[in-house]
Amino acid sequence: MENVQKKGYVIHRFEAAESAPPLKQEARQERPVILDEEAQERRSRRIVTIGRLAVAVLIVALWEVLTRIGWMDAYYWSSPSRILSTTWTQITAGTLLEDIAYTSSSTILGFVGGTLIGSLLGLSFWWSRKFAGISEPFLILLNAMPKLALAPVLVILLGIGFFSKVALAFAMTVVVAALSAHSGVQSVDKDMEKLMYSLGAKRHQVFTKVVIPWAMPWMISSLRINIALSLAGAIVGEFIASSHGIGRMVIYAGTILDINLVWVGVVVLSVLSMVMYMGVVLLEKWLSKGYGMKKA
Amino acid sequence: MKTKIEIAGVSKWFRRDGQEIAAMQETNLSIEEGRFVSIIGPSGCGKSTLFNIIAGLIPPSTGRVLADGEDIIGKTGHVGYMLQKDMLLPWRTILDNIILGMEIRGVPRKEAVARAQPLMDRYGLKGFGGHYPAELSGGMRQRAALLRTLLYDRDIILLDEPFGALDAQTRLTMQNWLLEIWEDFRKTVLFVTHDIDEAIYLSDDIYVFSGRPGRIISKISVDMPRPRHMEDTVSASFMELKAHLLDLLSDGGTGTKVHIS
Repeated sequence: MENVQKKGYVIHRFEAAESAPPLKQEARQERPVILDEEAQERRSRRIVTIGRLAVAVLIVALWEVLTRIGWMDAYYWSSPSRILSTTWTQITAGTLLEDIAYTSSSTILGFVGGTLIGSLLGLSFWWSRKFAGISEPFLILLNAMPKLALAPVLVILLGIGFFSKVALAFAMTVVVAALSAHSGVQSVDKDMEKLMYSLGAKRHQVFTKVVIPWAMPWMISSLRINIALSLAGAIVGEFIASSHGIGRMVIYAGTILDINLVWVGVVVLSVLSMVMYMGVVLLEKWLSKGYGMKKA
Repeated sequence: MKTKIEIAGVSKWFRRDGQEIAAMQETNLSIEEGRFVSIIGPSGCGKSTLFNIIAGLIPPSTGRVLADGEDIIGKTGHVGYMLQKDMLLPWRTILDNIILGMEIRGVPRKEAVARAQPLMDRYGLKGFGGHYPAELSGGMRQRAALLRTLLYDRDIILLDEPFGALDAQTRLTMQNWLLEIWEDFRKTVLFVTHDIDEAIYLSDDIYVFSGRPGRIISKISVDMPRPRHMEDTVSASFMELKAHLLDLLSDGGTGTKVHIS
C-alpha cells in the first residue's frame, strides 16, 4: 500500500506489523513479569505491624532494665513493673476504677455537649449571613482565649463537684466544634443551593438535605481534636479542686511525693485517652456511613 | 405553534463602584412549545444571567418573563434546570439523586423509584442506581443529572452548558443521547453552549448573543431534518451555517473571538 495524497492531507501507509515486529519464538517462551501489587502491599503492612510491636517492647524493656541497673533513677522514673504493681494495689485497695469512671464520664459529657451545641451553633450561621457576620469575631476571640485559665472561676461558680469538670470540658470543645461546623457551612457549593431552589426546595429542605450532610465531614474532623481537649479540660478541673478523678489522684500523689502513683496516673490517662480516641474513630466511621464519596 | 416562554424587555443591571453595569441588555425572546432552542455567545455575555432569571433565581431589572402566559419572575420551580457541573449529592446514590426533585415535592419514595427505574434502564443508567456519583464517569453523571431534571416534570428545561466539562468523544455520545430523550419527551428545551457545532447539531432555533453586555444579534432556524446523524455535521449546509455563525460571533459588536472545539 502506498501513501495516498489527497487535497490538503496525506493518508500514510500504516500496518501494525511494521510498527511492532512479532516477538521471536524464544523470547515468547519467557514468562512475562507481572507485579503482584497486593502481595507487596500485604507484606509491607505486616512489616509495619511487626515494627510497631518491636518498638513498643523495646521501649518498655529498656525502661525496666535501665531503672534496674541504676542508669535511670527509679525514684523519678519509676519502672514498668512498679507502675503495674502500684496500679494493681490502687485497683484492689484504692479507688482507681471509680476515679477512672469519674474522669471519663465528665470528659464524655463535656465532649458530647460541647460538640452538639457547638455544631448546632456553627450550622445556624447558614441561616443568616448577618447573624454569622456579627458572631464571627466573638467566636474567634473565644477560640483564642485560653479556656483553662477560666478553670478557677468555673470551680468557684459551679462548686468542686462533677459539673465544674463537665463545664470545663464543654468550654474546651464548644468553640472548636462551632468553628468546624461554620467552615463546613461556608464550603457549601452555592450552585448546589441554586439547584435545590430551582427544584422548588424550601430553605429548611436545603438545610436538611444539603447543608447538614455537606458540613458533616467538617464536623466529624473536629471530633478527634475535641475528645483530647475535653479530657484535658476535665483533668485540669480536677487539678484545681476535686475529691475524685485521675487528675486529683495525680495532684495528690505529687504533694505526698509518691512519684510511682503519678506515673500510674499518667499511664492510666494515656490509656484512657487512647480508648476514647478509638471510640471516636468508631463514631466517625459510623457517622461517615453513606458518604459514598469516600470510596473514590 | 403555542408560545411557551415569552421574554419581553428583560435586562439585568448591577451597581459596582458606583457605576451601573449591564450584565444583559434588553432582550426579547419568544420560544414556541416543544422547540429545541440554543443560545450561543462568548463567555460573560449574560447567558447564565438569562437562565437564572427564567429559573426565578434572580429578578430582572426590567421586563416581563411569562411561561404559558403566567408571570414567573422570582418564582422557582417552574422550569427544570441543569448546570455544567452535575451537582449530584455525593452522599446519595444515583437513584436517590435522580428522585431528589420528586422527594422535595413530597412524592412518596416508592412511587418516585417506580417512575425513575424505567427511565434509568432505558437511558443508559441500568444497574447504576445503587452506585455513588464518585464511582461514575463524567458522562454517566451528566446522564443522571439530566434524568433528575427530566423527572422534575416541567415542560421547560434549561440546560446551561451541560456537556461543557466533557471530553469531545463523550460529548458526541451525550448529544445523541439528549436528542433521543428530547424526541421521546418533546419538552421545550433552552440550551446554552459556546460550541457552535453542538448548537447547530441539536437545535431548531439558535439565538446569537453579542459579547458583554449581552444582547441578541441574530436568530437562526436550522432546517436540517430529524432525526439527525453524525454525517450531517460534515454536510455542506452545516459548514455554511457554521461559517456564518463564526462570522457573527467574531465581529458580534465586540470583536471577541469564539473558541470552537
